[in-house]
Amino acid sequence: MAKILKQRNYHEDVRMGSFKGKDLISIKDLSKEELLHILDATSKIKGKELLKGKVLATLFFEPSTRTRLSFESAMSKLGGAVIGFGSPNITSISKGESLHDTLKMVESYANIIVMRHPVDGSVRYAAESVSVPVINAGDGVNQHPTQTLVDLYTIKETFGKLDGLTIGFLGDMKYGRTVHSLAYALSHFKVKLVFISPEELRMPEHYLEELRERKVSFTEIEDLEEVSQQLDLLYVTRIQKERFPDPVEYERFKGSYRIDKSVLLQSKQGMKIMHPLPRVDEISMELDATKNALYFEQAKNGVIIRQTLLALLLGTIR
Amino acid sequence: MKQQNQKKAKLFGSRKLSFRGIKNFWVPKKHGGVFLKEYKISAISEGTVIDHITPEATFKVIEILNLDKRPDLIISVGNNMSSKQIGKKGIIKISGSFLGADDANKIALIAPNATLNIIKNFKVTEKKQLKIPEKIEGIVKCFNPNCITNVERVPTKFTVTSRDPLKLLCAYCERRMKREDIILL
Repeated sequence: MAKILKQRNYHEDVRMGSFKGKDLISIKDLSKEELLHILDATSKIKGKELLKGKVLATLFFEPSTRTRLSFESAMSKLGGAVIGFGSPNITSISKGESLHDTLKMVESYANIIVMRHPVDGSVRYAAESVSVPVINAGDGVNQHPTQTLVDLYTIKETFGKLDGLTIGFLGDMKYGRTVHSLAYALSHFKVKLVFISPEELRMPEHYLEELRERKVSFTEIEDLEEVSQQLDLLYVTRIQKERFPDPVEYERFKGSYRIDKSVLLQSKQGMKIMHPLPRVDEISMELDATKNALYFEQAKNGVIIRQTLLALLLGTIR
Repeated sequence: MKQQNQKKAKLFGSRKLSFRGIKNFWVPKKHGGVFLKEYKISAISEGTVIDHITPEATFKVIEILNLDKRPDLIISVGNNMSSKQIGKKGIIKISGSFLGADDANKIALIAPNATLNIIKNFKVTEKKQLKIPEKIEGIVKCFNPNCITNVERVPTKFTVTSRDPLKLLCAYCERRMKREDIILL
């Protein structure tokens, strides 16, 4: 019965005013109304022990700092307990246990599960294996919906709106799953998107095709200077060294995609800068104290969004 | 089959005989002295005929429809038979069972030209063109090697987001496949 309830349409449930018992696997599962509903529901959280007696299992088959800690912090702040692991080496997975069996075991210990896994689609499969709600904290290069909700929340808090903005994405468009998810989520709103990356790290065609189908206005360029006067927000991502076969190439890109005060001076006044973190040296530390820097605010917002999600899916708020 | 027999008959210089509609070929004594019968897949009185299957897909169709696991049914299969429409074709006749459209549509992906005929009292009472279904489960392999369906034993699931041109969306890794990416399991 629980399984049948879980499979019921999201939209139907939100009309009924409840996320109770649902999973959060992909940002694509959420309509515009549902996205906005989650962002608005953050106001229902402040200082309450909403999840007393509930247990969250954090299953991190891949390393994570912010996501895992913010979920643990979120659960603790709501009075719940946390169990889990941060590396598959210490679990029976290293003995060859299947994902399905691991999840079935955890299901009996926890009321809700948060999972990160290196294989694409693994978290949806996990959610199908159990009857408790499952939240995707990153599956391979596919989805990381809670990060997207944090990003949307940060943008909405800063600008007071999600419509009418020109947003630049800088860095690795090819492998950066946060960019793919956020671009999709923003397609619900009236925005202009600019993807700024070297040719080698351009946004994959299947994501662009999806944006075209959703009638999103976007451009692709290689040089930030071309558009920096128009951007309300610049979303910077890390260019990973291992993506480049030639280290000389990497050094070249690293230099040209670094944001410091001189870049800020040439940009539209008040342009905000976001970054999902961790950063290596894409953003100079001299920007940290400026009003433009939103990335630590973004990391801080991770807790309130995750508190809201835990409470919504466990049905203690609507 | 017919062409092959005619070739053989020509080779052996045999006479063509006909008895109750079955064409027979006499093979001379020095080559064995036997009748070669020209067998066709016989007509069925009640059941389903799946016609115009691309020959490469015929046995896959049997597998997808689980016909190999139905000891209760009489099933005739012909493959590489000549067809005016598609050159060579496969044909499957299932006696005593009427295949529903949902079942038949499962094979639309691999045999897009196939037709489904429902036979009652030796006559075609219904002729259906197959249509690719909205969801495809367990027939197609996901082309993403890092998809969970290629890592653990998880049956594949796709949503058909477009029929023409064909586009499939993997329910797990969310990658979109085009016709040229499709590999059958």
